[in-house]
Amino acid sequence: MPHSPKDPRTLQLLAHEMRADIIRMLHEAGSGHPGGSLSAIDLLTVLFYNHLERTADNALAKDRHRFILSKGHGVPAVYALFAKLGIIEPAELMTLRKLGSRLQGHPYNVMLPEVEASTGSLGQGLSIAQGMAMAAKIEHTDIRVYALLGDGEFQEGQIWESLLSAPKFGLDNLTVILDFNKGQIDGPTSEVMNIEPVVDKVQSFNWEVQRIDGHDIAAIDKALTNTHARNGKPHFIVADTMKGKGVSFMEHPNEWHGKTPNAEETARALAEIDILIHQAASVLS
Amino acid sequence: MKIATRVSFGEEIAALGATDNDIVVLDADLSKSTQSQIFAKRFPDRFFEMGIQEQNMIGAAAGMALMGRKPFICSFSTFVTGRFDTIRMSVAYSAANVTIVGTHCGVGIGEDGYSQMALEDVALMRTLPNMHIIQPADDREARAAVRYLAANPNPSFLRLTRQAVEDVHDDSYEFRFGKADVLLEGKDAVLFCSGPVVANTLHAAEQLRAEGHDVRVVNIHTIKPLDAEYIVRAAKETGRVVTVEDHNIIGGLGAAVAEVLSEAAPTLMKRIGVRDEYGESGSPEALYTRHRLDTAGIYEQVREFLIA
Repeated sequence: MPHSPKDPRTLQLLAHEMRADIIRMLHEAGSGHPGGSLSAIDLLTVLFYNHLERTADNALAKDRHRFILSKGHGVPAVYALFAKLGIIEPAELMTLRKLGSRLQGHPYNVMLPEVEASTGSLGQGLSIAQGMAMAAKIEHTDIRVYALLGDGEFQEGQIWESLLSAPKFGLDNLTVILDFNKGQIDGPTSEVMNIEPVVDKVQSFNWEVQRIDGHDIAAIDKALTNTHARNGKPHFIVADTMKGKGVSFMEHPNEWHGKTPNAEETARALAEIDILIHQAASVLS
Repeated sequence: MKIATRVSFGEEIAALGATDNDIVVLDADLSKSTQSQIFAKRFPDRFFEMGIQEQNMIGAAAGMALMGRKPFICSFSTFVTGRFDTIRMSVAYSAANVTIVGTHCGVGIGEDGYSQMALEDVALMRTLPNMHIIQPADDREARAAVRYLAANPNPSFLRLTRQAVEDVHDDSYEFRFGKADVLLEGKDAVLFCSGPVVANTLHAAEQLRAEGHDVRVVNIHTIKPLDAEYIVRAAKETGRVVTVEDHNIIGGLGAAVAEVLSEAAPTLMKRIGVRDEYGESGSPEALYTRHRLDTAGIYEQVREFLIA
C-alpha cells in the first residue's frame, strides 16, 4: 500500500492527543520526564507519520527508516506514538517504569526492539544513527536514519565526534533533529553550558542545517521533506521548542524536567490539553 | 613459531573477509598497529577509518551491528575499553553484535609505558552481563577465536598482544569456546593462565615437574563465560590453585577464578599478575622480570606457594 502523508491539521490533533497520553502515563508511573517529552512530541509525530512512514506492520521491517532517540528520557513521547500507531496496546502505556514492563524508563531495545537501540546515557545516540547510516550506504539502500538529540546532551563530547565524522562519510541519509527546548536539569541551557550559535557551529562542520519552530507542524513537515534530498551532506534541523509545551504551568526551562504531576496537576494539565484537542478537531471538521 | 596475536587477527579477519561480506572493520587511527590494515587494503569498501574517536567508533559499530553487519572495532585495548559507558550502553545493553578487538594488552607492550598498557580491560569488560571475553594464547588459538567470533553474534572482547608469543598448540588443536584447555595434566596444583603468559607458565611448570611437583597447566582462553564447572573440579582434584595473567590481579582471571571457588570450593590460591600497580617503560623482557611474569618469576612464585 503506498504511503499517504497526513496533513498538518490531522497531525496536530494526533500530537495533542498524545500530549494527554504522556501526562497520563507519567502520572501513573509517578516518575519520568514530562518537559522533554512534551517539547518533542510535535517533531516526533510528523517524523513518525510522514517521514519514517511508520506503521504497526513495518515497525521491524528490514527496509524501514530508522529512528534513534538519543535523548532517551523523552521516551514517553515515543511510547505514545507506538500506542497510537498500534505497535503496542494503548493499555500498555500504564505499565511505564513498572517492574517487568517493556516500557523501561529509558529505551531498551532487547525488550522492545521497535526502539532500535538502548539509550539514556546521553550523547551516544548520534553515533549509533551514524553507524546505521553507514550500513545503509554499504547496502546501497534508500533507508534514511534520524536521531533526536536534546540540547543538554549536545554538550557531550561524543556528539562532537560524530558531528566531525558523519560528513567525512557523505552521510546524506542521516538527519539530526535537535529538540532545542532551552532547558536542562540544573537550569537554562544558556547558563549551564551554552551551545549557541548552534547553526554556525554545525554548518562549519559541513552539515546541511535548517532552523525551524519545532511546534509548527507544517514547518516541521517541510524541513523533514528537505532531508530526503541526497547531496552528499548530512542533515541537521535545529528545532526551537518549549519544554513542557502544551501545559501552561509546565512550560518552564527546568522545573518540569524530571518531575511528574500529582493528581490535581494531572487534572489541570489534561483540561488544558483537552482544549487544545477540541481546537485542533474543530479546525479539521 | 613466534607471532603476535594481533598479527594472527589481522591476517585471519582479512581471510574471512573474502567469504563473509557482512564483516566490516573499523579502526581509530591505529590500523598499522592493530593489523586491521591488512583487511583495509583488501576490502577498502568495508573498512572504516574512524579517526581518533573511540567513542564514536564504538557507537557507529553498534549502529552497523543493529543493521545486520558484523563489525570488528580495533584499537589499543586500554583506549577502547576505557570508553566503558559507550560499550556498556551502545554495545552490551543494546545487544549489538560488535567484536571489540583490543590489542597491546598488559605490561608486555614494553617501552611505551603505562598510558598505552591495558591492565584493567578484562576487569571492566567482565562486569557487563552478556559480554564474551576471549584471550588467545598463540597464533592458532587467535585465528580460531577470530573465526568463532565472526560466526557467533554477541557483544565480545578479544584481547591481543603487541609482542610475539610462542606456540603452545599444534595443528591438532581444536578451539572450544567457553571450555578450559588443559595443556598439562597434574595432581599437585593447577595453574590457570591466559594469553601472553601461557608459554612462560608451561616452561615454569616443566621445571617444577622436574623437581617432583606434579602441576597441571590449564589455558583459560575464554574468560567470560568462564568454565566454572572445570575450575571447581580442578580445584577439588589438586587442592592448590594458581592464576597467571598479564593484567592487574584485581578484576582479571585471578579474580574470576577466586569468585567461582570462594562460592563453590574454597581453595588456597596464588594470583600471579600485576599486583595493583601502574605499569612503566622498559623492554617487555625487563617488565616481565620486574612483574615476575617471566618463566623464572612464575616458577619461583609457584614453588614458594607449593612448599609454604
